[in-house]
Amino acid sequence: MTEKIAYYPGCTAKSYAKYMDSTARIVMKELGIELVELDRWNCCGTVYGLADDNLYSQLAPIRNMIRTLENGFDEVVTICSMCYNTLARANDLFKSDKEKADRLNAFMYKEPDYEGNVTVLHLLDLLVKRVKFQAVKEKVTNPLKGLKIAPYYGCTLLRPREISIDENIEHPSILSELIFALGGEPVEDPYMTECCGSYLTVKDKHLVADRTNKIVGSMQKRSADIIMVSCPLCQFNLDRRQKEVKALNPAFHKVPIVYFTQLMALAMGVDYKKLGFQDHYVDPVPILKKRGLIREKKKVAAKIAK
Amino acid sequence: MAFVKLTKSKKNIQFREKVIELAGNAVIKCYQCGECSGGCPEAGAMDLLPNQVMHKIQLGDESVLHANTFWICSTCLVCSTRCPKGIDIAKVMEALREIVLRSKQSYLTLDSLEEDDLKEIPQIAFVSSFKKQTQ
Repeated sequence: MTEKIAYYPGCTAKSYAKYMDSTARIVMKELGIELVELDRWNCCGTVYGLADDNLYSQLAPIRNMIRTLENGFDEVVTICSMCYNTLARANDLFKSDKEKADRLNAFMYKEPDYEGNVTVLHLLDLLVKRVKFQAVKEKVTNPLKGLKIAPYYGCTLLRPREISIDENIEHPSILSELIFALGGEPVEDPYMTECCGSYLTVKDKHLVADRTNKIVGSMQKRSADIIMVSCPLCQFNLDRRQKEVKALNPAFHKVPIVYFTQLMALAMGVDYKKLGFQDHYVDPVPILKKRGLIREKKKVAAKIAK
Repeated sequence: MAFVKLTKSKKNIQFREKVIELAGNAVIKCYQCGECSGGCPEAGAMDLLPNQVMHKIQLGDESVLHANTFWICSTCLVCSTRCPKGIDIAKVMEALREIVLRSKQSYLTLDSLEEDDLKEIPQIAFVSSFKKQTQ
């Protein structure tokens, strides 16, 4: 039987990262879970508001909690790391600070009062705690054998400690466990938990190019074939900023940056043309072909027939 | 040799109080171990290191608002999770950003953005940088 769970995609999963969204839906369906997109969800605010006197930035995430309850669920899963962080932290603030919670409810007087009774999950949480990686392993038909995958966690999955998806925030292992389940070979690098520069990519992109040089360069030196991420902004920075890195460091070798759901789908036998690799700046297809994970039997057969 | 004058001036106290109002009173606990600056991935590009910012705030030195530190901070929270005194340093950086932004000064201006960037950069980056860097 298919289990249903409320799903909050977030803005970027509907545009720049649409293949992160579509592959998530495919793999979860394969694992017996239907992601039910919330009606009328709104932007989470992308970054958690830290100033104590500013409750405005908590309104958007809390409204999504109310939407979740309206849709008949008491937990909501999201796939974008930044959405996860913002939603989970706002929800925690709401639960722990009665005065602020009351003020937020009073401000949203046209909404039903929220009581802090929604749980926010990241898709990886759901995979670890409920689905289990063993079940993922059982669905693998195209094991990522010989593919050296560097996991990259970035910031928002791990920090602050209260919302971390891994108990060990300095040396997490969840993505490596997933890579093992998919039949791949994890390449852990000290930079896997370091910030990619995040939104500095707008005003100070040279700083982000410098981060990309360090992070991707270090993983490449450890002979990573590909880097696996769970955040669309990390994906953008580490992928697109490689353009600027090449000018900064001519010895730099490009490495493709993919979402964990894309690799899950590939390992579960989904046609690679459905995974959105054409949208990437650094094309993952050549290395996947080289490792024998993509085979184009039909084309070869057609050519021979000609 | 320059000396730091520990003043009781009203202006300095007011500034420190404002930061405390926005970021909590943990700032006074900083004992300059430097863990925040050691872990900060952007420390190399900052004109004042995070621990130096903390010290200036303790002294109520408003000149800290001219540093680029809190604009270059991308709220990755490494400093906050590693601080042995439990200070949420990222929150202190947010307080400094807010103080500047609320005085109607932006770090990022829309007309400075190039057209290629507007087409290419995903909205998640725009929303975040507008929230953190514009008034």
